[in-house]
Amino acid sequence: MAGGRTSGVTLVYKKQIFMTFRIDTPINHPFRRNRVQLGEKRHFSGYRHAMPDFITALSVDDFASVTGWGRTAPTTALVVRPRTYEEAAAAVRGCGTRGSIARGLGRAYGDAAQNAGGSVLDMTGLDRIRTVDADTGMVVCDAGVSLHRLMEVLLPLGWFVPVTPGTRYVTVGGAIGADIHGKNHHVSGGFARHVRSLQLLTADGQARTVLPGTDLFDATAGGMGLTGVILSATIQLLRVETSLMSVDTERATDLDDLMTRLTETDHLYRYSVAWIDLLAKGAATGRSVLTRGDHAPLDVLPPRAARHPLVFRPGQLPAAPAFVPEGLLGKRSVSLFNELWYRRAPRARTGELQKISTFFHPLDGVPHWNRIYGRGGFVQYQFVVPYGQEEALRRIVMRISRRGCPSFLAVLKRFGRGDSGWLSFPVPGWTLALDIPAGLPRLGVFLDELDEEVAAAGGRLYLAKDSRVRPETLAAMYPQIDRFRSLRAELDPHGVFTSDLSRRLAL
Amino acid sequence: MKDAFGTPQSLLVLGGTSEIGLATARRLVARRARTVWLAGRPSPALEAAAGQLRRLGADVHTVAFDALDSASHEEVLGKVFAEGDIDMVLLAFGLLGDQANDEADPMAAVRVAQTNYTGAVSAGLVCANALQGQGHGSLVVLSSVAGERARRANFIYGSSKAGLDAFTQGLGDALVGTGVHVMIVRPGFVRTKMTEGLQEAPLATTPEAVATAIEAGLRRRAEVVWVPGTLRAVMSALRHVPRPLFRRLPI
Ligand SMILES: NC(=O)c1ccc[n+]([C@@H]2O[C@H](COP(=O)([O-])OP(=O)(O)OC[C@H]3O[C@@H](n4cnc5c(N)ncnc54)[C@H](OP(=O)(O)O)[C@@H]3O)[C@@H](O)[C@H]2O)c1
Repeated sequence: MAGGRTSGVTLVYKKQIFMTFRIDTPINHPFRRNRVQLGEKRHFSGYRHAMPDFITALSVDDFASVTGWGRTAPTTALVVRPRTYEEAAAAVRGCGTRGSIARGLGRAYGDAAQNAGGSVLDMTGLDRIRTVDADTGMVVCDAGVSLHRLMEVLLPLGWFVPVTPGTRYVTVGGAIGADIHGKNHHVSGGFARHVRSLQLLTADGQARTVLPGTDLFDATAGGMGLTGVILSATIQLLRVETSLMSVDTERATDLDDLMTRLTETDHLYRYSVAWIDLLAKGAATGRSVLTRGDHAPLDVLPPRAARHPLVFRPGQLPAAPAFVPEGLLGKRSVSLFNELWYRRAPRARTGELQKISTFFHPLDGVPHWNRIYGRGGFVQYQFVVPYGQEEALRRIVMRISRRGCPSFLAVLKRFGRGDSGWLSFPVPGWTLALDIPAGLPRLGVFLDELDEEVAAAGGRLYLAKDSRVRPETLAAMYPQIDRFRSLRAELDPHGVFTSDLSRRLAL
Repeated sequence: MKDAFGTPQSLLVLGGTSEIGLATARRLVARRARTVWLAGRPSPALEAAAGQLRRLGADVHTVAFDALDSASHEEVLGKVFAEGDIDMVLLAFGLLGDQANDEADPMAAVRVAQTNYTGAVSAGLVCANALQGQGHGSLVVLSSVAGERARRANFIYGSSKAGLDAFTQGLGDALVGTGVHVMIVRPGFVRTKMTEGLQEAPLATTPEAVATAIEAGLRRRAEVVWVPGTLRAVMSALRHVPRPLFRRLPI
């Protein structure tokens, strides 16, 4: 197991460091308690994704500097890695005054799975798939199981996860906590829609079964881990005949062209997404590449592929280097990349067979791709504005394009009907997501202005991506936020479940 | 909590009437800061400063704090931290003194040293401990270019800032990995009441410029910030000027 290796290395590492300190500092040095070893985490081929990325020093139950995927705003917490439900319950009961928060694979971009001065429960040790019903496609698994693992195990049985985001390296607990969405939102809704039941460890240290249709379920789906620690879940899977995707690609010359194409034909596809080049200016503003498709049926596979139709073999490139100099991603280099990428795409192509990883998770091919933004990290800005607010969307796209944020391809998608989670992000409308280097001058002010546009259009931001919104702006975007707060006040009066996100936004 | 750009939501200014401190507070209130604590010797000026920040929309508290009374720091500042997390502490108190006079009045010189160094040591350690318990926060310390190399004309103040600067560097190193960020700010000549009536040095700047530099430093999690930035190069040259020459320089 990855964990075994991790701890093995830690002990050696720790001892060395400890001894160095013994030589030149008094034993009871007050600042030593929280000290974390310096140095980059080691990589073990094959375990690159199994180990949480956020622990800068290898350690088990140790203080560590923790950030989200965007690598901004690091804070220090005691990281605890429970291996059983009982250990998780013990960790929650003994978490101290600054509380505790569950963390999966650390793909939330901001501070959702950080808890300064408190404890962070690294849930990746709870990684067992408990039961799979191969006839009905129902799986019961621990919260720390990744979607990657589910695909590995379930695809050969002819089942696929009901919803996958742009990365396979999220845990089931995280998928429910953020009520993640994928390219099939307009058809299948959020992840939580496919959860039949879950086990939730609440502030009293007890585990309870939570069923859809209850307040606790609706507070937990999209609740960013603030109602408790999800221990396990029962999920309804999607039946597939093959592990390949049949994909149609087309180019849209500008934003209007893109929105027309999406509006007219999205309903014909289970999966749909458009990649926009936000650096393109003038008439080309909003030029994009649409990729849409569905799971390929068996009869379209060429004979060789048809022999092993359900094989799951995602490829992987070497990891991004640990240190990337600041400013490598200038406007020019990113704009060149976007240009090449747009030109490379076919004007129109139908029925291309693609691997699941190519279609859904292109970035997973480069482990630690988040490092390319350098030490300063990056923010991801994702919002949705309701249908009928196309003008607001256009204005925002224009502003981003004029501003010239060196942002790799942004993603535009149409959401379908929303779900019942009180803080669940998707509502029917247009959603746009883009990455921006955090060091860009005056970026904070610029994004605050965009927030106002979004809020005025009746839209909202996605908490799993957020690292900077004002608390009052967020509250205006989520009408059920007070309900969420009062459920928390009742269920968890002492704030056992606390995160940097919940402190920042007073959730 | 600080946001992705290092902008704090709560701020504690030690030396609550400092012009640089207040310019920084105004700037941060315009961004994210909602709660501001102004710690200083009780005075109408302190209350006026609080009123000004309140008008900008902040929730402002004042608290009686005397840098010279080190023994009280633990209790006074402890109460502030007990009220909730502090995302950023700005150590802004300081005393310039009057070099010509203080050379002849050792006790006046000691007051400069005790304010700028000893007072900062006790207040700095109390805050560092509290921030460490939170697992996050920035401690921003106003040092000075005067501490970079003591000058004939200003060595009492300069040496106290040199001590403060060295102390803060060490503290920053001690706190690596605790989630606490320590930032040293080294302004040159800043036009404030502290320097009123003095002859302006080259590269003189404003409290607002210092505030801007602090905000940018928070975003980068910088360890040292020079204001203006060019002083960094200037001082690294001056540092190597031979002493016989240095003491004759008109600075
Ligand atoms: N101005 C410059 O050119 C310059 C250049 C480099 C560095 N700095 C440093 O920047 C910091 C702020 O300076 P500034 O220009 O803003 O000056 P300022 O407006 O004169 O502020 C100095 C502050 O220190 C406070 N103070 C002095 N003794 C104190 C004590 N015993 N207890 C509590 N507070 C005390 C003063 O409070 P009261 O109102 O109670 O007197 C005042 O708030 C100082 O550390 C200074 O050394 C200034």
